[in-house]
Amino acid sequence: MAKLDSKVPEGPIAEKWTNYKAHQNLVNPANKRKVDIIVVGTGLAGGAAAASLGELGFNVKVFCIQDSPRRAHSIAAQGGINAAKNYPNDGDSVYRLFYDTVKGGDYRAREANVYRLAEVSNNIIDQCVAQGVPFAREYGGLLDNRSFGGALVSRTFYARGQTGQQLLLGAYSALSKEIKKGSVELFTRREMLDIVKIDGKARGIIVRNLVTGELERHGAHAVLLGTGGYGNVFFLSTNAMTSNGGAAWRAYKRGAFFANPSFVQIHPTCIPVHGDYQSKLTLMSESLRNDGRIWVPKKKEDAQKIQKGELRPTQIAEEDRDYYLERRYPAFGNLVPRDVASRAAKERCDAGHGVGNTGLAVYLDFKDAIERLGRNVIEARYGNLFQMYEKIVDENPYETPMMIYPAIHYTMGGTWVDYELQSTIPGLFVGGEANFSDHGANRLGASALMQGLSDGYFVLPYTMQNYLADQITVPHFSTDGPEFEQTEKEVQERIDKLFAVNGDETVDSFHKRLGHIMWDNVGMARNKEGLEKAITEIQQLRKEFWQRVKVPGEKTGMNVELEKALRVADFLEQGELMALDALTRNESSGGHFREEYQTKEGEALRDDKNFTHVAAWEYMGDDKPAKLHKEPLVYENIEVKQRNYKTA
Amino acid sequence: MDLKLKIWRQQGPDAQGKFVEYLVQNISSDASFLEMMDILNEELVAKGEEPVAFDHDCREGICGMCSLYINGRPHGPDTAITTCQLHMRKFKDGETVVIEPWRAKPFPVIKDLMVDRSAFDEIIQAGGYVSVNTGGVPDANAIPIKKENADLAMDAAACIGCGACVAACKNASAMLFVSAKVSQFALLPQGRVEANNRVENMVAKMDVLGFGNCTNTYACEAVCPKEISITNIARMNREFFVAKIS
Ligand SMILES: Cc1cc2nc3c(=O)[nH]c(=O)nc-3n(C[C@H](O)[C@H](O)[C@H](O)COP(=O)(O)OP(=O)(O)OC[C@H]3O[C@@H](n4cnc5c(N)ncnc54)[C@H](O)[C@@H]3O)c2cc1C
Ligand code: FES
Repeated sequence: MAKLDSKVPEGPIAEKWTNYKAHQNLVNPANKRKVDIIVVGTGLAGGAAAASLGELGFNVKVFCIQDSPRRAHSIAAQGGINAAKNYPNDGDSVYRLFYDTVKGGDYRAREANVYRLAEVSNNIIDQCVAQGVPFAREYGGLLDNRSFGGALVSRTFYARGQTGQQLLLGAYSALSKEIKKGSVELFTRREMLDIVKIDGKARGIIVRNLVTGELERHGAHAVLLGTGGYGNVFFLSTNAMTSNGGAAWRAYKRGAFFANPSFVQIHPTCIPVHGDYQSKLTLMSESLRNDGRIWVPKKKEDAQKIQKGELRPTQIAEEDRDYYLERRYPAFGNLVPRDVASRAAKERCDAGHGVGNTGLAVYLDFKDAIERLGRNVIEARYGNLFQMYEKIVDENPYETPMMIYPAIHYTMGGTWVDYELQSTIPGLFVGGEANFSDHGANRLGASALMQGLSDGYFVLPYTMQNYLADQITVPHFSTDGPEFEQTEKEVQERIDKLFAVNGDETVDSFHKRLGHIMWDNVGMARNKEGLEKAITEIQQLRKEFWQRVKVPGEKTGMNVELEKALRVADFLEQGELMALDALTRNESSGGHFREEYQTKEGEALRDDKNFTHVAAWEYMGDDKPAKLHKEPLVYENIEVKQRNYKTA
Repeated sequence: MDLKLKIWRQQGPDAQGKFVEYLVQNISSDASFLEMMDILNEELVAKGEEPVAFDHDCREGICGMCSLYINGRPHGPDTAITTCQLHMRKFKDGETVVIEPWRAKPFPVIKDLMVDRSAFDEIIQAGGYVSVNTGGVPDANAIPIKKENADLAMDAAACIGCGACVAACKNASAMLFVSAKVSQFALLPQGRVEANNRVENMVAKMDVLGFGNCTNTYACEAVCPKEISITNIARMNREFFVAKIS
């Protein structure tokens, strides 16, 4: 187990981070210029880290798939960002944010990391305001807060329904400032396809220039991945089209352990699937649960009539509506955590109470809120979301309740990292959604933005220095060495192999088939039999992919089908590891719900004795099963309990 | 529904482009415009032909990556919308749909319907930020900001940088884009400190990059998916004037 050293500093939890910073190694200002850092990704994690490292004086090269760093997937986050400011004076504190996050994660996150996250959360809000992020304000000129699931306080800061956009534009502006100064060099429309290791350390990357099709080599003293999550394994998700797990997967295949791959978050409030040509799912922010009430018809007959279009939701009398979250979870009501809300929706739909023409939807109703607060208040709070809904569904949510259903949204699992956010490959750091570190088995709303910016602005600029302090005498890396040569050759072979198949089925078709296997067996409810089936089916599908996939066009120049094929090839491997991890974890925790392990009331049943650990998988070769390593989780500051959202 | 598509195809930046006609059939009116394009591309790939290249990512109207000039209008026949949010119910069965890239000198075509918008990044790099480094900043509530100003700043900050304003303008002016950023910061105390330099540098950069002048046709505002108001342009002109005389 020596390989999994979490490097959590000694001392009481509230002093660990302060102690770490007081004793860590630093690089003196004149030496920083001698050190090169590669940052892959310009989302909140990558963008904030690249800007901050540039400000410190390091030579930074930053890469992204899109045509501009401002378009990273973080831009799509809607609802808000948490911080323990306690501005509303409602009893919040660093400890409470820490506690809620560990509990929300169903006691499967590392205490020390979460505490640090809660601790720096306040600095994030200060930083963003200083950058000119236009957060929502009250009439007195101070910042406004709203509530999110899994909390009894209002600690969520927001910028209308576009919080992610505004935070990302803040990081993008900081990055732009550094690009102008020359400390950061920007590479857009580039996709990292491999990590280059020299003497066991991460020393560079191979990227494909998506416009010219050329492979490029870039060397550095350390590499940081802020490449986002792998939710698109499921084909349909709320993630952007190019979101992919490829970078983290390549790191895995070069020796970085992959932690808790089966921990994915299914978001309860998404617009339901409408057709098999559908390319992605749209989220309706969790903030809507502040004012919207979730219900289904009490009577199955009513649900059936609605499904056939014979009855409208507005015709169902109040006493015939089942506000099932308020009924089951009186203390938290509509604001239970996402995993709980998602499963409850599935349970009602499976029991025949679902609405919409597929019966796979529930209502999110604003009638009461509009009566209480007036339409203009609701419009000011959620106007852009209501507009988005109307454009897609062609129904006016001010008049007819919204229809929603759970969808894949976020991946808690990711590259295993220690307290310093360093992977098991020395010199390879991972931040944001791409790492596994802070959310355990379920992430609370408004905590991903917090984590991305915490990692990027306030953690990595410190911890990476600790690693780089003894690297100042290592000269800049030439990319002519044999390691770069060999890695580039392997990437080229992968590309050649894809073209060589020259089969008859499109990449998207394979991706959709994988998505179906994943959603049916590795989705909201899992069981042994289904998971075993999924593993066999994915292996079979992967084989078929390499025999039948069709990648048209040329190796040189822009080739979107090739980009997709490379990503799907990785998804086809990753999906299997997710199923294996889910099969190995014989308990239910957070977003991971194994049907065999539930209470009489249908709540998730953890097995703390056997599963209070992080499952970190080591790649052993394409034809060998991955090897499981366990990092035990120790709770010294929180009493581990059955999660209870029924009473406060 | 069935549609006839006339799509601009261009191999690369220096290649000659031309319109090519395609037929798509049985498209659901609930499909999005880009899903219709996906269906076309799937058919092309199945036939061994090269799919049509177009930019897109979030598909929910926020990343600003999608573009497309559809039937003579950036982002197509609807208001306050991006191409990725446009749905086929806005079209009629049997209609001919003409699809072109953004056409503006500072946005050269990369391939087919994809253009290079890095000029926008360069304008931001010229001054679209507050020069604070990470750490050492005051408490977020230290400076109260009038709600009215915070709201106006947010209205301006909602810009997604898609470039529709430039594509709609006969002069390829980037005034709406630049003024949105200038306004956001001009309205906030944090941005006031560098207001003069910011507006001068950003406007100068915009000129150097070959964006044209604003002749007040308001075409930009009409097509902006985020309904960014041209009052921002007026504000920027005032800011520019003040910067010049101070
Ligand atoms: C619709 C939606 C709404 C959300 N709302 C909220 C919310 O309200 N509050 C909240 O806290 N969280 C929310 N989340 C979650 C949150 O937005 C994300 O978890 C977070 O933004 C991820 O940030 P990141 O920096 O880790 O990665 P991303 O923002 O995903 O950025 C990834 C970056 O890596 C680059 N990249 C990836 N792979 C490669 C490669 N191989 N080569 C080169 N570059 C690569 C991409 O180009 C991109 O720049 C939401 C998520 C979604 C999908
Ligand atoms: S794809 Fe993101 S705005 Fe259209």
